[in-house]
Amino acid sequence: MFKVSRRLVLVSHTATLSRNAFSTLTKTPFRALEHSTRAQVWSARSSLLGQVRSVTLAASQALPPTPETSYDVIVVGGGHAGSEACAAAARTGAKTLLLTQKLDTIGEMSCNPSFGGVGKGVLVREIDALDGLCGRISDLAGVQFRILNRSKGPAVHGPRAQIDRKLYKKHMQAALNEYPNLTIKAGSVSDIVLGTEILPPTPGQNNVQGEIKGIKLESGEVIHAPKVVITTGTFLRGEIHIGLEAYPAGRIDEEASIGLSDSLAQAGFELSRLKTGTPPRLDGKTIDFSELTPQYGDQPASPFSYLNKEVANGHNQLACYQTSTNPKTHEIIRNNLHKSIHIRETVKGPRYCPSIESKIMRFTTKEAHTIWLEPEGYDNDVIYPNGISMTLPEKEQIEMLRTIKGLENVTVLRCGYGVEYDYVDPRELKRTLETHRIRGLYLAGQINGTTGYEEAAAQGILAGINAGLAAKSRAPLILTRADAYIGVLVDDLITKGVEEPYRVFTSRSEYRLTLRADNADLRLTRKGYEAGCVTDYRWNVYQKMEAQMNRGMQLMNEFKLSPVKWAEYGFGKSDDGVKRSAIEMLGFPNAKMLQFHEAIPELKDMDPAVQNKIEIEGAYSVYLRRQGAEVTAFMRDEAMELPSDIDYSAVPNLSNENRTKLERHRPATLGAAKRIEGVTPTSIVELLKYVQRTKRLPTMLTGEPIRSGSRKDRLRQRLKAKDL
Amino acid sequence: PYHVCAVQRAAEAQGRPTELRYTETHLDTIFALSTHPGKAGIAVVRVSGPQAKSVLKSMTLAKAPFPKPRQAVTRRLLCPQSHELLDKGMVVWFPGPRSFTGEDSVEFHCHGGKAVVDGILRGIGNTGPHVRLAEPGEFSRRAFENNKLDLTEVEGLADLLNAETEAQRRLALRQADGGLKNLYETWRTQLIKSMALIEALIDFGEDENIEDDVYDNAKRQAAIVSPIPGTTRDVVEVSLDIGGYPILIGDTAGLRSSQDEIEMEGVRRAQDRIRLADINIAILPATDFLSSSKVGGGVDPIVLEAVRKNPKTMVLINKMDLPGLENDKAMAAAKSVLWGDTSLADGGEDQRRLWAISCQTGDGIGRFLNDFIKILKDRFENSVSSSTSITQYRHRKHLENCIQSLDAFLDLSADDIVLGAEELRHAASDLGRITGRVDVEEVLDVVFREFCIGK
Repeated sequence: MFKVSRRLVLVSHTATLSRNAFSTLTKTPFRALEHSTRAQVWSARSSLLGQVRSVTLAASQALPPTPETSYDVIVVGGGHAGSEACAAAARTGAKTLLLTQKLDTIGEMSCNPSFGGVGKGVLVREIDALDGLCGRISDLAGVQFRILNRSKGPAVHGPRAQIDRKLYKKHMQAALNEYPNLTIKAGSVSDIVLGTEILPPTPGQNNVQGEIKGIKLESGEVIHAPKVVITTGTFLRGEIHIGLEAYPAGRIDEEASIGLSDSLAQAGFELSRLKTGTPPRLDGKTIDFSELTPQYGDQPASPFSYLNKEVANGHNQLACYQTSTNPKTHEIIRNNLHKSIHIRETVKGPRYCPSIESKIMRFTTKEAHTIWLEPEGYDNDVIYPNGISMTLPEKEQIEMLRTIKGLENVTVLRCGYGVEYDYVDPRELKRTLETHRIRGLYLAGQINGTTGYEEAAAQGILAGINAGLAAKSRAPLILTRADAYIGVLVDDLITKGVEEPYRVFTSRSEYRLTLRADNADLRLTRKGYEAGCVTDYRWNVYQKMEAQMNRGMQLMNEFKLSPVKWAEYGFGKSDDGVKRSAIEMLGFPNAKMLQFHEAIPELKDMDPAVQNKIEIEGAYSVYLRRQGAEVTAFMRDEAMELPSDIDYSAVPNLSNENRTKLERHRPATLGAAKRIEGVTPTSIVELLKYVQRTKRLPTMLTGEPIRSGSRKDRLRQRLKAKDL
Repeated sequence: PYHVCAVQRAAEAQGRPTELRYTETHLDTIFALSTHPGKAGIAVVRVSGPQAKSVLKSMTLAKAPFPKPRQAVTRRLLCPQSHELLDKGMVVWFPGPRSFTGEDSVEFHCHGGKAVVDGILRGIGNTGPHVRLAEPGEFSRRAFENNKLDLTEVEGLADLLNAETEAQRRLALRQADGGLKNLYETWRTQLIKSMALIEALIDFGEDENIEDDVYDNAKRQAAIVSPIPGTTRDVVEVSLDIGGYPILIGDTAGLRSSQDEIEMEGVRRAQDRIRLADINIAILPATDFLSSSKVGGGVDPIVLEAVRKNPKTMVLINKMDLPGLENDKAMAAAKSVLWGDTSLADGGEDQRRLWAISCQTGDGIGRFLNDFIKILKDRFENSVSSSTSITQYRHRKHLENCIQSLDAFLDLSADDIVLGAEELRHAASDLGRITGRVDVEEVLDVVFREFCIGK
């Protein structure tokens, strides 16, 4: 599948050097290029759109982009969204460039040292099922693996792992460096480059501003690509808060991306502010763990990736330790609240991951808040105290920490801080994560108002796949709410927008029994392969599993016995005399696959993972059937696609309010239109009517009469038309 | 740990359907009143879906020949259960795909009176588990999907569609005014609370900050909405057909002043039920009025209050068969005890509110029933919002479904927490059809308000 040779182009950050490098590589005088591209760099700065558009010097005519300056897809940002996006685009066969401010920060885990969890763990499995990286890298870099919610049923099991930060980065960078079709380059993006061709006017699509042509680096260098994925996380006008200090930065010690934010704002994107925070990092050598409750990983550890049977460090897992705040801690925080500008801000932070300051302000009666002391890796003593992100000044942070059990003598390696950043209203996006406003521009990750590595990676893979597919003129990969949590996430973002950093919860899904961690491969790998984003290696592994799964389900469905016979195999006897299949028997309390080995010996040799899948399918079978019916109903609405260029002003009888809403969201399907808050059933019917009418329009133009005259007349006319 | 079969067995034991209740799907057969509800000479009820044929059969005489396609024939329309005559009308059979929706369809043309239309809608709704009232716009929707709507038809549909869509829903809530609306809202709030507890346990259960008893607490919240049998469902309900009017009669506990807490709880519930009822009937023994010399002495003050507070209460004086009782005397005594003023008791024909009967001998019951039917006719036949019954029928269906899901939830053990959540979601979806959709954000709002979540 991948024929392009491995390549890693390192281009220096400075303008002069890159100019030289550029000229050498392309044998083109840099100045000439700069001149011609200047016209083409339609940096969205001018409000005189018409005038700029009238500049018709298209780069493609003036100077054909040479291979080194042009790609199919450019991914900006090397965080979790960016890493998945560039790899995914490359997997589709698109020639891809990853641009990042610093090569060393690719795959950086800037906050908690863990991956997965309830809901989030399913996202990781889904990314893996689409042949993404984060699951496999976590299996290599994990220091402790656990399945959360074990007691609550497999539909909500949440695979989670504590991760060694350095190992994660190392393995991610290694994987990307060797990735076919992918080039990695350091550089700070200052601008997006739009095409100068005048787009044909599309009725109602007033918000389309242009088409992306590439990006411009701060060095002035322009790189061409018909598809650009921006994944700059919190770097858009990022601002760090510690105590009363605030300074621009994306992560501590890293520059914020100001220029890009301006470009997006000037292109008309709606930007708002969100905030988040991170706790201080502690020196483990100065912590007394002896009195704290340890928490160990599962034995054996369950890997994230469907490709792995085990994890790299399953027998060498590290423990986490539990401690908690106390009234003394709370008093120090309460007395110093005025020393943090982060708290006083009106910008919204996440309610489910509040800073310790806001926990104390909001839940005044609670005398203790749990803290998990999590190791950051094997080769260091850094401890991440999960649960106490804070923005107090350094002195107060230390004072407060030392009131906590086990931390009496703690040394702080780096204090906690808050980040405030710009995000783009995700209602600007299509289901592919392409923007409505600028064709070929995709946004993924925190820039869309989400939080969490997994949410970022999920968007990254979807945007990357679709950018790649679009560059190759192939059909997009669309995931609905019934396909995956990725679909739920994207649908929520584009239909509801966000008011606080968005995180996935299982409660957000209507089809929780169907969207499970165990079956993400069954849900997505075939889809991904057909779309063109799954490599042959995974496809082979998947097909073997799928064949076994089908065989197992067939055996279980076809094996039917009467209650008396089942009793002979040790099952409790019911006296209704009804014959039941083995799958139905799995629905009985505590039924396990093991119990069927005697009756159906072929099952014995099946992969335990497959047996586990069958067991869960059986346990839920009655409910899954019902959910299947719901999914069918849902999919009928999803199947009714609304043309993206629909002119809402031409749809009759829409209320102004509904028209504005529909214009803004441009729902892709009837289902999505229904989910937009405030859109009334009448509007939906009007939409249906309108779409129907426009669909029939060609018939009208051909002159075929619409249901006039008798049936015979119509038949006669049709025959006549055929004769002609 | 998934007691799917256990659930089914429990359901069987309780006489509930053994299948899970499915949510509405396109496989269902749907029906609706297609003409404007209200005072019209003729009403048309439309049925569409795979079971249209069997609906037609069960609504007409078994021996009547099945009508030819697209030909109107007269038929007696019967109640599918009691085989009682509902109306004489016309039926038209449209086998798919040559019908409005493209599916098998039937039209019933009947008289426009409310009782008739109600009877027919109710009858059709009872013909099978997958026969249900159409959702707003559903007929057109099906027609659209089967490529049956063309331009001219679409234009002609506008009025009908408007009637079918949100106007109905708005009307539904407007009708559910006062006490009922508040009741629905309380249920909704309770349900959201219950869901919040479960969802918190599922999504944040690993957070140490969530207490262990959350699941039980969620059940307690849900139980407030779905009364557990034997404790709160002590209002016995029977549905009767009186003079063509479908009546739901709720027999409450007797109203009586008491010190006993449990008994007072029963009385409180009876009073709630009285508040919700359209018509209240008080049955009091004649002896209450005569045995005591003191005026009102024999009638409990709670009863007096209930009768006086609700001027439309009908009072039946029972036990007139006892020796030594005279109708006139008993009536006069009752009037003076209950209202203190005899003129209030019978201000005119339709405001009559006092009858003397004997349940033992049946004396006076025929007369009462005649009057009762007249009162029903006066009060409901000409009711201004004439589509009340349709929306009430819809409410009833959704509420029944809601209760079914809640009961299923209460039956599930703590191991089944995800399945429990599933049932709650179904309950919320049904209640949401009346009160407005329960959005996950509302649930999350409660989660974050109630629990300090934060890892």
